[in-house]
Amino acid sequence: MEQPLEALALPTAQPSRPLRRLPTMPLAWLGVVPFFVFALMFLLLPTLFLIAGAFQDPDGHFTLQNLRDLLAPNIISAYWISIEISAASALGGAFFGALLAAAVVLNGLPGWLRPTLMTFSGVASNFAGLPLAFAFLATLGRMGLVTVLLSSLLGFNLYRTGFNILSFWGLTITYLYFQIPLMVLILTPALDGLKKEWREASQTLGATPWQYWRMIAFPVLWPSLLGTTLLLFANSFGAVATAYGLTGSTLNIVTILLYAQIRGDVLHNQNLGYALALGMIVITGLSNVAYIVLRTRSERWLK
Amino acid sequence: MKRARLGPWIAVILGAIYFLVPLIATFEFSLRVRRNQYSFDAYANVLGDPHFQASFLYSTLIAFATIVVGVMLVVPTAYWVQLRLPKLRPVIEFITLLPLVVPAIVIVFGYLRIYNSSSWLPLTGSPASTNVLLVFGYVTLALPYLYRSVDTGLRTIDVRTLTEAAESLGARWPRILFTIIFPNVRVAIIGGAFLTFAIVIGEFTFAALLDRPAFGPYLQLVGANRAYEPAALSIIAFAITWACMGLIQIFGRDRRTGVAARP
Amino acid sequence: MTFLVLDGLQKIYGTHQVVQRFDLSVERGEFISFLGSSGCGKTTTLRMVAGFETPTVGTIRVDGRDVTQLAPNQRKVGMVFQSYALFPNMTVAQNVAFGLKVAGKSPAEIKTRVGEMLELIKLPKLADRYPYQMSGGQQQRVALARAIATKPQILLLDEPLSALDAKIRVSLRDDIRTLQRELGITTIYVTHDQEEALSMSDRIVVMSEGRMEQVGTPFEIYNRPATRFVASFVGHLNLLKATVVAPSEGRITVNGQAIRTAAALNGVPVGAPLTLALRPEAIRIGASETGNRLDGTISDVAFLGAIVRIRVQVGDNRLSLDTFNNPGSPPPARGEAVHLGFSPEDLHSVSDA
Repeated sequence: MEQPLEALALPTAQPSRPLRRLPTMPLAWLGVVPFFVFALMFLLLPTLFLIAGAFQDPDGHFTLQNLRDLLAPNIISAYWISIEISAASALGGAFFGALLAAAVVLNGLPGWLRPTLMTFSGVASNFAGLPLAFAFLATLGRMGLVTVLLSSLLGFNLYRTGFNILSFWGLTITYLYFQIPLMVLILTPALDGLKKEWREASQTLGATPWQYWRMIAFPVLWPSLLGTTLLLFANSFGAVATAYGLTGSTLNIVTILLYAQIRGDVLHNQNLGYALALGMIVITGLSNVAYIVLRTRSERWLK
Repeated sequence: MKRARLGPWIAVILGAIYFLVPLIATFEFSLRVRRNQYSFDAYANVLGDPHFQASFLYSTLIAFATIVVGVMLVVPTAYWVQLRLPKLRPVIEFITLLPLVVPAIVIVFGYLRIYNSSSWLPLTGSPASTNVLLVFGYVTLALPYLYRSVDTGLRTIDVRTLTEAAESLGARWPRILFTIIFPNVRVAIIGGAFLTFAIVIGEFTFAALLDRPAFGPYLQLVGANRAYEPAALSIIAFAITWACMGLIQIFGRDRRTGVAARP
Repeated sequence: MTFLVLDGLQKIYGTHQVVQRFDLSVERGEFISFLGSSGCGKTTTLRMVAGFETPTVGTIRVDGRDVTQLAPNQRKVGMVFQSYALFPNMTVAQNVAFGLKVAGKSPAEIKTRVGEMLELIKLPKLADRYPYQMSGGQQQRVALARAIATKPQILLLDEPLSALDAKIRVSLRDDIRTLQRELGITTIYVTHDQEEALSMSDRIVVMSEGRMEQVGTPFEIYNRPATRFVASFVGHLNLLKATVVAPSEGRITVNGQAIRTAAALNGVPVGAPLTLALRPEAIRIGASETGNRLDGTISDVAFLGAIVRIRVQVGDNRLSLDTFNNPGSPPPARGEAVHLGFSPEDLHSVSDA
């Protein structure tokens, strides 16, 4: 590790000596300038602009009115539905993803299943947006294969039960298609971190498999599980394209509302739009902070 | 403990049903254009559509531009931070993870406000400069994956020793970067590049809100106006994603050892 | 009194026979080592005793009771692993308490017992540490305490010292042995390190390729190796190629030089080749009046400090011998001609099996 001061001293102490070595301290900072300029212009400033705008009225004066306006019933309900869908798809993704990962990692299934599942999860976790929406319309839409087969083979009309692919449950089931694989991808290394010897040690000490899971495996996995669930939450909370492709603008979730606001100022208040964005950042930010904290804890254990 | 029990099998089979049925259904749906007879007409319609060709080409070019800009930005930065400014690493890491916190729609919203045609830097003023903005936006989206991949790759080689060895042989740093560092993180770069491609090719939010003729908005347009073609497009998109992941797996294997690189 | 009986144990995976006919009776309180290189079946045998593997053939009896089909959590064995295997989410005290808690002991009883155990392993102040906060040696002590806290019938140790530094290895070795003697607990110790096996065990089972090569006390194993494998695996050993001259008198030749063995070589025909084992420490430089003598040339001298290891070429046989360093006289030089003396009692014929 080179100390900044030493590096600084070199060119001044021996000014006549040609600079043969790598550029030293003042020049060393130049190496990261492109990155910081980029991050500032295309990530930080745009975000900060919106955050600042959320606290301003159209004339640029400070106000908290925009945040108060977020409490309007249609905005609150948009946030609420977004949170519900994200929570449902995160919990569902976590549960089924954990089950799948555990099935493949921990038990004596044929060896080819694991790489197959991992590769498929890599694909499916990236198969989101409009193509995913189309796929689920073709599956569970009114004319979808599953809907049609259920009614022609079993006489079961899915849509008469109140199910609609354009609804809360439809969106949640669709989101699970990338949430479950994401959970599998993140949780598998954590499951691999469970040492075989822990199970064996617990057995020789008289523990049943259930006691092993309750007292050792689950507590060790818990931070990863919870952390990944929060990441899944943020993941679906910010999703636009899948929802838009499935429902158009019919479902009142916060990303769709913001999309409509950007396109046509449906809120009739630019700064309220900024506040809407700020609300999203706060929610995904909180879940990511929680993720990072829990992740650090789980890695400390598995060290 | 080697015997398989019923539970894991049930989980795997249910999982397989959930993941395969939509693919089968979508494929079946895409064949339904003609009455009472399956055909590939939807695919022919889509592939023959000049808008498809144009938008797909556009998105492919944008994806390549994104990969080039992203690599040129991320590799030197990651290299430099490891070599010279290790204290900066947490800061850089935090910034690269921000796109996971700030949703894409929020970032593009900011672009539209800061870079509109009446601003100090009117990037959205002309199609050409909007294309540049779109590429930079995609670099932002790809940043978490690309940086992590390259940084991990760099950590597996001894950057400092390699650099000092090259220096002692008289190489200057651009040469070091291109002949020593890039080849050694080739696997990481390729992995990040294919992932970037998979993210960018069908991306909707940025392209639609910046009003660019990309593949994502084209998908949306077809979805809103046609019955069977969206299913065909969905199958095509799935195949592209699969190809990207497959190529990551193939190139991800280190040629020297035959061992797959860690993601 | 026989406590643990392994009767005709075999373990076969597919077509691969990992353990072949393992028969052993262990006395109560005995310390037995399974010694061999990796893949010799020693760990598989240990895991059959623990209950993690089921023998393909054979039975395991503890205190007269057949436990072959019992699950590991019903066998009352304590096990210590090479990788420590402490539960990472529990403190030292919680780790040691685990078995007692699972067994439904009262909190007061658990507290007392855990305190005793931590005293026993000399780490009473680390009760609230987590495993990652401790050194490998400390972790392994805790693992040992955890294994014996429930007063198991048998203690199984699977290469417990292999992951540790040399110095800690030696001190922990002594601690394990002392503890084992004090508690009188029947112990099986798996290792590939002959020094560990020789220094700790009441008896050693030397294994190779799934076979038991020899069972005996460290003294027997070292001084009377039954097979060529044991001879070469345990300690350093010179193997001499000899030809039999007069079997009943033990007279033989090595490269034309006549020597003799103490025991008669009954059943070996005249003129037959024979392999003889001779420990380096049994050879002296300079011929004795009564013993055997071989003439050779020094081919190599390695000065190891307290010991000087000298290699001598006798025809096509090369012998190693160890002498103590003598500050008064420098070691012999290469190329010097020497006479080697050793007693006929130290020559053992070994079978080629």
